[in-house]
Amino acid sequence: MNNFPAIQAAARQQWARLEASPVPVIYVGAATCGLAAGAGDVLHAIRQTLTERQVEARVVPVGCIGPCYLEPLMDVRLPNHPRITYANVDPARARRILERLLLHGDPSPDLAFAHFGANGDPLTAGLPRFFDTPMLRHQVRLVLRNCGFIDPEDIEHYLANEGYAGLNQALGMTPEDVIGLVKEAGLRGRGGAGFPTWRKWQICRGAAGTPKYVICNCSEGDPGAFMNRALIEGDPHAVLEGLLIAGFAIGASHGYIYINSDYHLAIARLRTAIAQMTAHGLLGEGVLGTDFSFGITLKEGGGAFVCGEETALIASCEGRRGMPRSRPPFPAIAGLNGRPTIINNVETLGTLPHLLRNGAAWYRQFGVEGNYGTKTFSLVGKVRRPGLIEVPLGIRLRQIVFDIGGGSWKRFKAVQTGGPSGGCLSEEFLDLPVAYEAMAEAGSIMGSGGMIVVDEDTCAVDLALYFLRFTQAESCGKCSPCRVGTWHMVRLLEDLAAGRAQPEDLAKLQNLAETVKRASLCGLGQTAPNPVLTTLRHFRTEYLQHAKERHCAAAACKELVEYRIDPARCNGCQRCIEVCPTHAIAGARSEAHRIDLALCIKCKACYEVCRYDQLAGNAVIFESRRSQQ
Amino acid sequence: MNPPDTPTAGAGTDPPDYQELFRQFKGQEGELISILVRVQETFGYISEESVRQISQFLRLSENQIFGVASFFSKFRFDEPGRKSIKVCMGTACHVHGGGFLSDTLGWQLGITVGQSTKDKRFDFQRVNCLGCCALAPVVQINEKIHARTMVTQLKEILQNRE
Repeated sequence: MNNFPAIQAAARQQWARLEASPVPVIYVGAATCGLAAGAGDVLHAIRQTLTERQVEARVVPVGCIGPCYLEPLMDVRLPNHPRITYANVDPARARRILERLLLHGDPSPDLAFAHFGANGDPLTAGLPRFFDTPMLRHQVRLVLRNCGFIDPEDIEHYLANEGYAGLNQALGMTPEDVIGLVKEAGLRGRGGAGFPTWRKWQICRGAAGTPKYVICNCSEGDPGAFMNRALIEGDPHAVLEGLLIAGFAIGASHGYIYINSDYHLAIARLRTAIAQMTAHGLLGEGVLGTDFSFGITLKEGGGAFVCGEETALIASCEGRRGMPRSRPPFPAIAGLNGRPTIINNVETLGTLPHLLRNGAAWYRQFGVEGNYGTKTFSLVGKVRRPGLIEVPLGIRLRQIVFDIGGGSWKRFKAVQTGGPSGGCLSEEFLDLPVAYEAMAEAGSIMGSGGMIVVDEDTCAVDLALYFLRFTQAESCGKCSPCRVGTWHMVRLLEDLAAGRAQPEDLAKLQNLAETVKRASLCGLGQTAPNPVLTTLRHFRTEYLQHAKERHCAAAACKELVEYRIDPARCNGCQRCIEVCPTHAIAGARSEAHRIDLALCIKCKACYEVCRYDQLAGNAVIFESRRSQQ
Repeated sequence: MNPPDTPTAGAGTDPPDYQELFRQFKGQEGELISILVRVQETFGYISEESVRQISQFLRLSENQIFGVASFFSKFRFDEPGRKSIKVCMGTACHVHGGGFLSDTLGWQLGITVGQSTKDKRFDFQRVNCLGCCALAPVVQINEKIHARTMVTQLKEILQNRE
């Protein structure tokens, strides 16, 4: 017998009690990013203040709400008033805000950032609505809907917010109908390649062999990407519900979550969530009183980038080295332990509950033809408002970088999408729609959601070298195009960055990159040259400057940069002499100093101190001079 | 005055109880990576003895276990220093100058990435991403994350944590 309505009703009651709480409720964003910014100390200060002042209040640690640059975030909701959010709080500020608000009813509008209610409440007069602020206004929050609002460690919160209603819906349908619904909605894999989810499912459903498995891919080895981690930390049940729906659709009885073992908080939240699901009859024999049975196992990964590739991930799950194999057979036919296996990205799974609950037509209203729905990105780098965002597909890059991200600190140079597998898109691509095909045409990929903005202080050669060093180190070494090819590409790029290269080397690099792209066995090698190919295409002048003039316009390539002190501005404060680790700077007090270039290791310490110290005169200059070879 | 070092896992744990650790596993090959993760969490690194014990438990050859463990950059085979210093090398940290931090730290400690100082006081690692890109560049010392670190702050950060 299906007991879902009873479970849901009980959860709703509990939620209503929280919403109508007679005591103030304090929410703190306590995901990894928040904790790194100091949310732990803030939580401690809040609890201490409450005890000292003997005020009764509920403290709810929640997930990441998105604008990482505002963290740590503390939200306070007084009974019958909207929730007010305070940004960049530290323990002292949290204490001050709480004392003013809880004891005197003063919302400290000077410290408040926004509120979550309807406009017109006297307490929040003059404050904008949170979702009307520039960073949030252009976003559509589907997958991240609950992040920052529910307690991720409380299944009742999730249930009360339509949680597991999608699963309940799916269980009332036939698996074929579920696949049909996903097909109609046009959901594509959010791991990066954009393969239609339904097709993969259908192949697996039709494949011979039992048991079948479904694996949630949360390997996320991409440096500068934290979307999947944030989703699991903020709303673990959404991913788990998606996993169950996928399992039901393909006829699997067991699911795995392959997660990076460094994601301690996410793993802990998943364990809690799985235990709660079991207690509520959402896992195990006869889920929700139907004849569908399902179990979930967590598989920790060793954090190799290549394990994001399906066959490598399976090898790693089986306890072997995470090396990919040639396909076919595809995992949907022969995957984990040789059985039909579906591997879906965290975000794909996180979308499913909403899709099942609201239907395909609802889902298709977001995005554009062929690219329906939303996509989360971690927008970071030299952008004014970094954070976790969710946008409808088809949005222009310009809107993401400038409207949501607030533009770059210095002059915008490029945006790197798709991490080490993606490409570097220059200014002329800013009006490109964020859609799978359009991104691929421009030489990049949609990727799993890393989006790094760089400004004029970043050198294209240095960025390509950074990514190639990464993929070279992460190459599993199975096929030689990737193992040897990336190694030689790194050498060529190092020569360029050090001013040792000749202009002919550019052609060599291009040729090598194309070979690696064509000949490699798996996605890692096939996409590894993308950063090089795109920078060669869009920033060729920079490459030529490095090769011909030994000049790095961004002054980022260490070997091509020289530090010197401008004698006209140096006031002889000797601060730089103190910080120089190699004693390369000399000079008497109140006289202009000099840097001995033979000793200088270009560590930037003197520059920092001269620029930011109050006594110093901002006299240290580092620049790359042009020279003819 | 700073509190004395809290020993990182493993340092001085006596005697290593592998049976206790293995109890939560069934002894299947697929559990190998999870077991390695647990062993490293408990003892700080994968020792030859650990490999031997896992080999007996899972009935796999030591070579195979070492082969899997050495594939993943997460696992290490030498005893870590007491203070773990991790410099984030994520893309966001890189464009914000994370490379300067790791170069300077190596210079100050006299070691390169992946090593620990002779007196086992500091352990110097690079990591691919700590997941707090908005705070770039970051350096993690034990569990504490130092946000928007500048080269000139490193000395002070190290001294504070001694």
